[in-house]
Parts: sequence; structure tokens; C-alpha cells
Amino acid sequence: MQKLTKDSVHPKIVQALLGADSHITIDDALENEMILNMGPQHPATHGVLRLLLRLDGETVIACVPELGYLHRGYEKMAENMSYLEFIPHTDRLDYISPPANNVAYALAVEKLAGITAPPRAQYIRMLLAELARMCSHLVAIGALAMDVGALTVFLWGLREREKILDFFDVICGARFTTSYTRIGGVASDVTSDTMKNIIAFIDQFEEKFDEMERLLNGNRIFVERLEGVGVISKEDAIDIGFTGPNLRASGVEFDLRRATPYLFYNEMDFKIPTYTEGDCLARYFVRADELRESAKIVRQIIDKIPNGEVMLNSPKKVLPRKTEIYTKMEELIHDFMIVNFGINPPVGEVYSAVENPKGELGFYIVSKGEGHPWKMKIRSPSFANIQAIPHLVKGQMISDVVAIVGSIDPIMGEADK
Amino acid sequence: MKELLKEKLAKQFTTVQFEFIEQYDELTVKLDKSVLLNVCAFLKDEEGLEFNLCEDVTAIDWATRKNRFTVVYHIFSMENKFRLCLKVDVDESECSVESVSSIWKAANWAEREAYDMYGIIFLNHPDLRRMYMPEDFEYHPLRKEFPLMGIPGTLPLPKK
Repeated sequence: MQKLTKDSVHPKIVQALLGADSHITIDDALENEMILNMGPQHPATHGVLRLLLRLDGETVIACVPELGYLHRGYEKMAENMSYLEFIPHTDRLDYISPPANNVAYALAVEKLAGITAPPRAQYIRMLLAELARMCSHLVAIGALAMDVGALTVFLWGLREREKILDFFDVICGARFTTSYTRIGGVASDVTSDTMKNIIAFIDQFEEKFDEMERLLNGNRIFVERLEGVGVISKEDAIDIGFTGPNLRASGVEFDLRRATPYLFYNEMDFKIPTYTEGDCLARYFVRADELRESAKIVRQIIDKIPNGEVMLNSPKKVLPRKTEIYTKMEELIHDFMIVNFGINPPVGEVYSAVENPKGELGFYIVSKGEGHPWKMKIRSPSFANIQAIPHLVKGQMISDVVAIVGSIDPIMGEADK
Repeated sequence: MKELLKEKLAKQFTTVQFEFIEQYDELTVKLDKSVLLNVCAFLKDEEGLEFNLCEDVTAIDWATRKNRFTVVYHIFSMENKFRLCLKVDVDESECSVESVSSIWKAANWAEREAYDMYGIIFLNHPDLRRMYMPEDFEYHPLRKEFPLMGIPGTLPLPKK
């Protein structure tokens, strides 16, 4: 953290920080108050989030988040590449849970192209999305605990996450950047051995997570640092665009898996954990409960998964199998056309949203009937969630800022796109 | 829900022309930008509709069309579990539209992003700064005339 002077901050940011009704300049403000720069390299900002804090002593009066340090222009890039080519880029949005992004994107394009993946592929997508949710929440809880000074949970959480990443490695061929879904299915099938291993992992996970929870819930420092900090009411949470666990911690029972069911979530039996306090502790509790619910869903998926194809048979839209490309002329032509010119979905536009670990991830795609989208907008949950930080930190102590940012769980990869 | 919505809109705004488009099971309402604020406030507060979550505000650059930009709002009603898309055409010559951030706070940053990327001015926005690009950047990257590789020299390195 560093103290800022007038020259180092853009005048418009200063104005936002001081408020429109304020007549003091930045130099005056330094008399009793201080403007402090937190990030973009601060470890507790979870990436490259920059917060400018206006402080009176240790109390935060105002806060202005500055984004764009990880802006790679994915929306511009999407307009210049085919639908298939964009799949690896979705990995880099929410880089803690790449398969969930893959699924969200594939669903949006399939809706636009008017195709549906076979049931087995959809079940596999659900399986991957739920494992990704567990991954993400383990990191979120671990990082939150680390931010407030409990390092052990972070290490234990990452140990469990490592086991899930090993499954990703077996299923997708990559631990982080999975790029697993294809338009019309998934890249490869999941073997029954892998499923058995996943069940074995879930069996031991619940026990391991009990241990982690005992470490936190019985920890007075952890609880007291989070309880009553960064409270947001139900109405404000909706108004400010909160989605996902953050919204449910404020007492709104809203989950897109239930509200607008996609894949086979309407056949799954799971609860939507909801807490009413709306503080940092409630946000932690929601994530912890969701981990258990996800484990429950994973069991049901493996129980119910049907046999069958994992890629749709639709030559104009879906990539053919590699073995057929090398032996059959038709498939070779289709593969050439899809790879070089794209899948050409009909003219139209579509907004498709799914419940990602962080909240609602939506893709808005406008097609002009060409191989590449005319426009693609990514509605990322972290972007909307970070918007609430100024509201949450107002009046809190500066040490609580770290806890609040940790409990919001922003991922700059998707906030900055 | 779709019928109810159409009925309520027609009843409340008798003089306004709405264009309803249905595709992919979604409803899109095209309206004139002069009535945008009233319609949004109505959609949020009217009992039975209650579109309380503003998911997204973005724009489309049509490049060659007469009304070059279309501003798109995605709003969701948690009560009815229904998503609605609002569209407003904006011409390049005036390139401005009323801000809805007084109705949904969530629109604040989304509008800043649309301003940053397309250069559309949102009138009466409380804090219309650029979202991602530096404040002294002169271009709007998502406009179709902006090259994919960027314009060399437009992003200065920070002073030592």
C-alpha cells in the first residue's frame, strides 16, 4: 500500500473518490485524511484489482475500484474468430473454474445454433461444472481464511482441490485450461474407472471438509473478524447486481440452476443454501454449504448418468470424430468447412446465462449468420460483484477491506475480460 | 408472462409504439429512447412484473446501419423467473441515451463499460468514467473501425 499524491492519480478518479459535493482538494484531504492505494499488486486483492481508499484514520470513507489491469479484449477477439476457436479463451475468464465457463459458452452457442448435446454429454458437463464449483469454493474459502490470518485451511483446501484437478487432467487432458466442451458435446468420454475414483474422492472429501470447517467455525479470530463486517441488505444486494453465493448470503434464495433450469439440474435433488445476515461470515457459510450440495449433486450425476454418445451427430454444426475424418471423404469435407469457415448459426441473438461458482455468467451473442459472432458480450459475475465493494467497505476499518474483498471472491480474469 | 407483459405495457403507455420480437423463447422489446426511463421504472415497480435485477447493459455496433448503435438491456424478474431484453436504437450523430443507473444501481458499471467500449454517452450518469481503458485513451475499442491489433502508440507507458 502506498500513500498517493496529487500527480499520481487521474483527476477524474480523485473526483470520484472525494464525491461530487466535496470541495476539498487532494492536498487538503491529506490534512486529516489520507488517500491510500491498495493494489494492483496487493496479495489480498486476488489478482490485479486496484482499490483507492480514502481514509480518516483507520476508517474507510470512500473507495474507488480501478479495473482494467487484466483487460485482454476478449469481446473484440471473439468478433474475429470462429465459435470453436473461442472455447480456449473461456478458460481464461474465471481461471479458478475453467470447465464451468466452457459449459456456459457451449450452451450459449448451442442455443444460438439450435442444437442440443446428447444426454450423456450434458451429464458430463454437469459433473465437470459441479467439480469446478467445488474447486472454486475451496479456493475461495481458503483464500478468505488466509486473508484474515488462518493459513492452514488454504493449504488443506488446495490439497483437496489438487485431487479435483487430477480428475480434470484425466478427463480433459489439462489441469487448468481444460477447453473441454465442444459445440454439440464434449471432447471425450469419461470412463467408469474415473467415475469410481470421483466417488471415492467425494467419500473422503466430506470427512476432510468437516475437519476444515471445524478449524474455522471454532476459531474465534476467524469468526469475529468476519461477523457483522461488510453487511449488505437483501434489497441492496439485488439492486447492485449481486448474483451467486454473495446474493444468497443476503437472504435471497436465487439460483439459476433452479430459476431457469438448464442441462439436467431439474432432475437433481439439492438445496439452495441461504443465509440472511449478509455479512462476510454468511458469505463463507453459503460457500461451505454449497460445497456439500455440490458433492451431493456429483453423486447423483454419477448415479444417473446414461450411456451413449458424447457428441451430437449433426455434420454441419458439430466436428466429426478424428478417426472418421481420416477415413471418410464426407467427414473430411465437413471438418474442413467447420474449422475454416465456422458453424454459421442462423441470424439472431441469444442471451444464455448459467450459475457459475461466482454467480451468473451470461453470454450474449449476436450472429449475422457468419462463422464468427458479430458481437459477443460476456456478463461476468465478478464484475457485478466488485461493484459492491465501495458500498461494503464504507465505514469499515482498513483491515476489514481485505476480509470483504476475500468474502466477495472476485476473479479478475473475468471481471476484466 | 409474455402476454401479461405486453398487455401491461400497452395499457400503461398508450401512445408509445413497442415492437415485440420473440426468438429462442426470449422476448425482446424495442422502444424509443425518449421513453426508456419511464418504461424501465414501470417494469421495475409494477406489481406482477418486478424486474428487479439488471443483468447487463451493452451495445451493438452495426457499423453501416442508419442508427449505428443499439443499446441492449437484459433485465430479470426474480419473482417471475423471467428475462426480458430491451433495445434502444442510438444514432452516431447524437450518440447518447438516458442512464438507467438511477433505477438499477447494477447498471452503473455496465454503462461505464459500454461508454468505454463504444463511446455512447449515458446522460445523467453519476460517474461516467472509462471502465477498462486509461482515462486519456482516445478511441473506443469495440467499435468496428478500431483494428484488432490496436493502434500503435496510443497506450503510453507509465512515466517513471
